[in-house]
Parts: sequence; structure tokens; C-alpha cells
Amino acid sequence: MTTTEQPPAAELGRARRRKEDARLVTGQTNWTDNITMPGMLHMAFVRSPYAHAKITSVDVSAALELPGVVAAFCGADLADEQGSLPCAWPVTPDIVIPAHPPMAVDEVRYVGEAVAAVIARDRYTAADAIASVDVTYEALEPVLDIRDALEEGSPKVHEAGNKSYEWVFANGDMDAAFADAPVVIERQYRQQRLIPCAMEPRSVVSAWVGDEVTLWSATQIPHVLRFAIAAFFGIPEQDIRVIAPDVGGGFGSKLQVTAEEVLAVLISRKVGRPVKWTESRSEGNMTVHHGRDQWQRIKIAADSDGRLRGLQVDLLADMGAYLMLVTPGVPLLGAFMFPAIYKMDAYSFKCTGVFTTKMPTDAYRGAGRPEATFAIERIMDELAAELGIDPLEVRERNWIKHEEFPFTTICGLTYDSGNYEAATERAKELLGYDQLRAEQAERNARGDSVRLGIGASTYTEMCGLAPSRVLGSLAYGAGGWEHASIRMLPTGKVEVVTGSSAHGQGHETAWSQIVADQLGVPFEDIRVLHGDTAVSHKGMDTYGSRSLAVGGMALVSACDKVIEKGKLVAAHMMEANASDIEFASGRFQVRGDPEQGRAIQEVALATFAAHDLPEGFEPSLDSDATYDPENFSFQHGTHLCAAEVDTETGMVTIRSYVAVDDIGKVVNPLIVDGQVHGGIAQGIGQALYEEAVYDDAGNLLTTTLADYLVPSAADLPSYITDRTESPSANRLGVKGVGEAGTIASTPAVVNAIVDALRPFGIKDIEMPCSPERVWRAIESASAANTGGGAA
Amino acid sequence: MTEIHVTVDGVKYVDQVEPRLLLVHYLRDVLGKTGTPVGCDTSNCGACTVLMDGLSVKSCSVLAVQAEGAEITTIEGLANGEWHPLQKAFKEEHALQCGYCTPGMILASADLLKDNPSPTDEQIRDGLEGNLCRCTGYEHIVRAVRRASAAGASQ
Repeated sequence: MTTTEQPPAAELGRARRRKEDARLVTGQTNWTDNITMPGMLHMAFVRSPYAHAKITSVDVSAALELPGVVAAFCGADLADEQGSLPCAWPVTPDIVIPAHPPMAVDEVRYVGEAVAAVIARDRYTAADAIASVDVTYEALEPVLDIRDALEEGSPKVHEAGNKSYEWVFANGDMDAAFADAPVVIERQYRQQRLIPCAMEPRSVVSAWVGDEVTLWSATQIPHVLRFAIAAFFGIPEQDIRVIAPDVGGGFGSKLQVTAEEVLAVLISRKVGRPVKWTESRSEGNMTVHHGRDQWQRIKIAADSDGRLRGLQVDLLADMGAYLMLVTPGVPLLGAFMFPAIYKMDAYSFKCTGVFTTKMPTDAYRGAGRPEATFAIERIMDELAAELGIDPLEVRERNWIKHEEFPFTTICGLTYDSGNYEAATERAKELLGYDQLRAEQAERNARGDSVRLGIGASTYTEMCGLAPSRVLGSLAYGAGGWEHASIRMLPTGKVEVVTGSSAHGQGHETAWSQIVADQLGVPFEDIRVLHGDTAVSHKGMDTYGSRSLAVGGMALVSACDKVIEKGKLVAAHMMEANASDIEFASGRFQVRGDPEQGRAIQEVALATFAAHDLPEGFEPSLDSDATYDPENFSFQHGTHLCAAEVDTETGMVTIRSYVAVDDIGKVVNPLIVDGQVHGGIAQGIGQALYEEAVYDDAGNLLTTTLADYLVPSAADLPSYITDRTESPSANRLGVKGVGEAGTIASTPAVVNAIVDALRPFGIKDIEMPCSPERVWRAIESASAANTGGGAA
Repeated sequence: MTEIHVTVDGVKYVDQVEPRLLLVHYLRDVLGKTGTPVGCDTSNCGACTVLMDGLSVKSCSVLAVQAEGAEITTIEGLANGEWHPLQKAFKEEHALQCGYCTPGMILASADLLKDNPSPTDEQIRDGLEGNLCRCTGYEHIVRAVRRASAAGASQ
């Protein structure tokens, strides 16, 4: 047994190398697709080639004749039990939530929707057999553009029409804000549709034993998934175990209750054998929920010194064909973020959720907040340009000053802390802002063919989702708490059970650091358990930069309870009063008598033996805690991008990228850097490379990674990162970091490109800012400047 | 069915395979060597990269029958008593998050360093262009390859 002679060094802030990596760098990882079971069958789907059609017949008989094919099902075969995939966020009382059968029965509404499944002995046989399923369709008109979908006479996605909901928010006197405003600027921005592209394709294995089912899934949300299967598909909750083994990235895309998960459960019950399904990338690009896809109309009124008076936002948000788990709520997470870090007199927001015959949208890294941040940070640059003020100066004139915290925004959110001045100052210094501005002026003056632009994004984010009462007030169908358990083992080692389900974030390492500090046990003595509802029975899972700010705090609360129990045992062991026991660095001591003490490991063993415990003491130090945050956390930062734009080719090259983030206290700086880098990369991907493209018939053209451009190492710059710190109100002082980079970087990059091209009269370029788009923007601006005609 | 003779991570195998069977599926489904994952179906992502006779190949783009007589090294066979310098460097520099791209990224890096034992950052980035990572933004991967290079990973 280990007893700690020396108190371990403080873990918080240490760049611990990750515990996870030993299995990940040696190929011992347990991905869902690695799972095999005796008798396991493989499932493959026949998917709709039409964006919109009536299904007139499905004939699986020829597939069933093939050697090795065990079963085949169409939607009608499952109609009695398949129910409807859940939407947990009915954002308005009159929202239209259409039925969403996991397998289409009589109508398909996007290319890729499942219409039949074949079950076979191996994956090749299953893949072959889907070609033998005969489906006939009667084509209907697709609905592809949300700007036309609400017009009279548009084809309908659903009988009830193409509008799902309209959600509004307003505060302040908008008429007064706009009346006689010296500056009014209105813009329309496009948030293109994105495909999350986690590197691990989705995969599911479902196995029944008697009336119990175990579902392994590459999911971010084993707990929510278990609840949903119980609540919506008629299987008693106690009979369901969901396991998320090692999960290869999510970014929101695995925050879903998918058709394939539900069908695996139902079909494996029917065939009486375990069933596995693993998607191909092409299948996944079509049928993993997509992200973004909004048209944003944004209008500001300002004084002549740049002070914001009013902000109006009118969104059209593409829901796709159905409402999935949080589809309608995603744009509303942005509703509170358009005002960002700025003070203003009036704000109004309207979002109309619109159906189309495309893959449903849902959460993708940042979920609503990147979209909002993009629009406000873009238009702040427009305001600066209009007034001839430096873009950072116009921001400073409007942002909340560091001495004004806590500050309640026009949306009613109370930002607990922040220091925008400090982060911006540091970012400018790291970029060499003033020198680059001088170089830019010089290059503009000599008409350089390669222009330099500097883009800023002084973002904030409401993260640490979320206070349950706030979620309730927004009509969300669940709470925002997180759960943790601490198990003190007899040998003094510790098991930590967390409801937060990691898929690359490094919880096993960071959680060990937190618990090591709280309990004073060695980092190495801790094992973190997660992602299995039989082990971690309670949890709200991982999304919305919530794991540390909510799940980390649950750990602290559970450790508190262990210590309180330990004090009773230690007092009894030392024949002292419990009220005289102090705990520090893993040791219970009698106040004023440092000679007397018991290590937590000794107390754990004594509790296990239970031979001599205080009267009435339950022989266990194990503790559970469920933490519900009182507020969101509000990380912020200043990202600066210097980009060079070749005006002859349209090619954009990021010359330098600086990120200064204030995420409060840092548990592990190495992990934080990794999160920031990866987030920036995804945001740059949106700015420069990525777009899900449908053709006029509603076929997805970007089904492969040859067509959908996830950037490679050769496409991305090196990043300069630093941090400022204003602690959050929670006890760890932490905020959250997962989405920061993605929220911040997209507007920083596009602002840099537009800044470089402003001398040409260019005010916007639609994303992704491909060389062709940039070149065309320059060409048409040049044509306009010369009074028309080709340049 | 065609008979193939391959050596995978130092172990000899003789198997009857369908001519269309992909090498990656042979590794995963026939041999149970699941350390090599599949990330796409168009040879763009590189997650399935292995070494075939010392050269990196995307095992989703090689038929098992094409590996006849070949020596395959997967991530499971890269360590030789102790971790390969690239494995150590990827951990040390936090060059992985979810880890799904990591086997391919490490084996592609091994091939890269064999060709160019002391690459510049730009050469590392260009050399790994065929391997996609969605988590790290590549910064730490570049650092890890640099560290492994300094540790003599090309040996």
C-alpha cells in the first residue's frame, strides 16, 4: 500500500502527459468498430437517392435469396415499433415537429435517408446485398433554399408546411436606438452548411441477452442516449446499458440519437443476434447531422464615434428535413451571443426555423455561437471601416470594461469576469499589430499584387452548459448538471466515475489532476471511469464546453464529501473530536498537533476493515455529487489573423495567427493548447475550405473527403497562443475551452481577407473564401470601380 | 479465393482471401489487428496507413492479394521492446486527442523521416498532407515529428 510521505506537487496547471495516450499510440484502442461478438451480424442500409419522393414499393425478396443474408427490413416492417426520433428542444409552444421514423415508411425527405436494411454474416455480403433491394419511388419536388421555402407556392417538405418555428427576443427601445442614428449598417451574411467529419465514422453494436440490451456506440452522449431509447422506443430504462468505448472525436456530431442506433437495437432484437453497423465516410457525410446553414440579416445603429446603439438580427436557419435532438435550439444558443462583449441600448433577435429536403442540421462545434460571433465580429469591422476607425479601437469603445464586471448584458446574461483590454493588448503585441498595419499601408500605397489584411475577433462564449433552470426556461428537455463519484479503494487508490463522456478531450488525465489535488493522492493512483451507463449510471455527457466547468466541479463536490466522511474516521482513529480535524495534502491532522495525523490511504483501509469505526458510521468513504452550475461561464479572447491575399490568383495565405484566450484557471496547459489549436483549425476550415454542397436535385456533392475539404497540415498555419486570466466564479476558477478556437477564428480570418481587399471596395466574401470566390470578388469589384465591363 | 502469404508485425500468415478484400479489412477482420482504423473510403484521410515493405501505404487502397509476400508493419508492431521514438514523441508533445488518426499519422511520419531524417516544419506539413486530423490543428503533430527526428527516429 502506498502512503504518501511527501505531499504531491500541485497538479492544477501542470502539463501532465496524458494517461489515455498509452493505448492510443500503440493501437490498443477500443473503437466500437473493433468489437466482435460470437454470432454477430452486420447491417447495411439502402438509402434514398431522392431528396424528396413517395416510396411506392420496397421489395427485399431478392436480397434475402443471397447466400449469407439473414434478414432484411423496410420501414413498413418496423412501423409498429420504430416510433419517432426525438427532438428534445421544442423552442416555442407552436413549433412544428414532424414525425421522424428512423426508417422511412412512405416518404423520403433527403438523399441518404434509410429506406431498408440488410442483415448479413459479414460486412461485404451486407454491402453487396443492398443492391438487390428493389425500391420504387415517385419523385416529388425538393426544397433546397431556405430563402424560397417560405414563399407561397413552394413545394412542401411536410404537410404542415416549411416553417418549423419563429423565436423572438427583444430588449430596449429599438425605435429610439435607430431614430436619427448617424450610422446605420445592414449586412447579410451566409453561414454555409458544414459537415463535422469526426475522424472516427459512426459505429454501433447492439446485443440482446434475454430482455436486456447492450448498445455500444461511437457517441458523445451514452446517458442521454439510454434515456432516449427508454423514453421514446418502449424499452424499460433498467434493461438498457449504453457503452461509449473509445470515441474518435465528435464535435457535436455524436451528440445525437440516431436512426442507426435505434434501428440496431430494434433489428438485433428481431434477429436474436448481435448486430453491428459502421458507416462509410461517404455514407456519413450524407447522414451525420450537418452544422451551421443560416442566412443572417444583421443591422446596427451607432453614434458617429462608433458607439453601438441598437442591434437587430433576423435569421433564417435551415433545419433540414426533420428536427433532431437539439436542431431547433442551435440558433438560439446564438441568440444570446450576438451582442457578444458589447454594450448597447437595444437588441432584437428573430429566428425562423425552416425545413428543407436536406440532411437535418444540429450541434456542430460551438453550436449557434460561432454563427453569432461571426456576424457581430464581421459587422464591427464594417462599422470601423465606415467611420475610419481601427477595428480594435471601435471594439474597445463598445466593450464592457474590466472594472464593470459582473455585467448584465442586453440579453440578460450576467458575465462574471473578463478582461478584454488585457487579452487584446497581449494579442496585438504578439502579432506585431502596429508594424503589420504599417506594412499594410505601404503595400496598399504601392499597389502590391499581394495584399495584407489583419482580422480581429474579440469573441466571448457562454459555455459550461448549463444551469438547469435556464435550460428549463428555454424549453430544453433536460437539465444541465453533471455527476461524479469517488470510490476510495481499500489499498488507498482511487476510482473516479464521471458522467462526462470523453472522446478525445483527455478527461482521464485532467480529472486525475483535479482529484489528486483535492484528495492529496498521487496522480498515478487514480483511474477515471466513464462512458458506460452500468459504471457511470448518471450523467449529462460531453458538449458545449461543459466538462470541466460542470463535470470538474462535480468532482470537487464529491471529493468534499469523501473528506468530510474521512474526518469522522480519522478523528475516531486519533481519539480526537471530528471538529478538530483538518485535511490538507492527503492527510487528516488534529488542529494544533501536526505530529498526530492519518493519511487518507490509512483512513480508507480502516474504513474498509470497519473493525473500529465511529458509532453509527456507514463503512464507506465513497461519495457521489451532482453539480448544477448557477451560471454559464464566459470565456473570451482576442484572436488576430494576418492574411496575405494574392489579388491575381485569389489565393489566401495565413501569415500569422495569434490567439490570446481567457479561459480562467488552467488545469493542464498542454491539453488547453491542443483544444485551442484544433478549434482554430476547424474555424479556419469554415473560413477557407469547407462547405456541404447540394446540387439542384438535392444530391450531396461533397460526400467524400476529396470533395469536402477538411484541411491538412499543409493547409494550415502555425499558431501563436497565450492566455490571460480572470477567474470564473466557480471554486476551480475554470471556464471551458472546447469551442473557443472555432468560435473565434472564422471571423478573424474573413475579417483579414476583407481587410486586405477593402481598397478594392470589397465588403464581404461568402465563405468558404476559396481562391475562385476571392478572385471573382476582386474581378467584379474592379469592374464596378471602372464603371462596368470586364476587367 | 486466393492464397496469400504475408508477414504482419513479425508474424507469418497464410490465408485464403477474396481477391477484392482490402488489406485493411484483412488486418482488422481476418487477423483481428484492430490497431489500424478506417477513416474514409476514398484514400483521403490516411488513418489506415501501414508500412508495406518499409513504405507507407493506405491499407484501404491496397488489396490483400497485393500484399502477397510482403512484410506489413502496423501501429501494433512498431514498438521494438520499447516504444518507437515517434510513439514517445506523440505522447510527449500531446500530438493526439481522440487518437483515431494517430496510427496512420505515426506510420506516415515514420516513412517521412526515413526519406528525410531532418525535415523542416514545412516539409513535415507537406509530407503529412495525406493524413487528416480533426482534433489537433496539426501544431503538436509537427512538433512531435520534429522531436522524433531529433531523437533519431529515422534509424
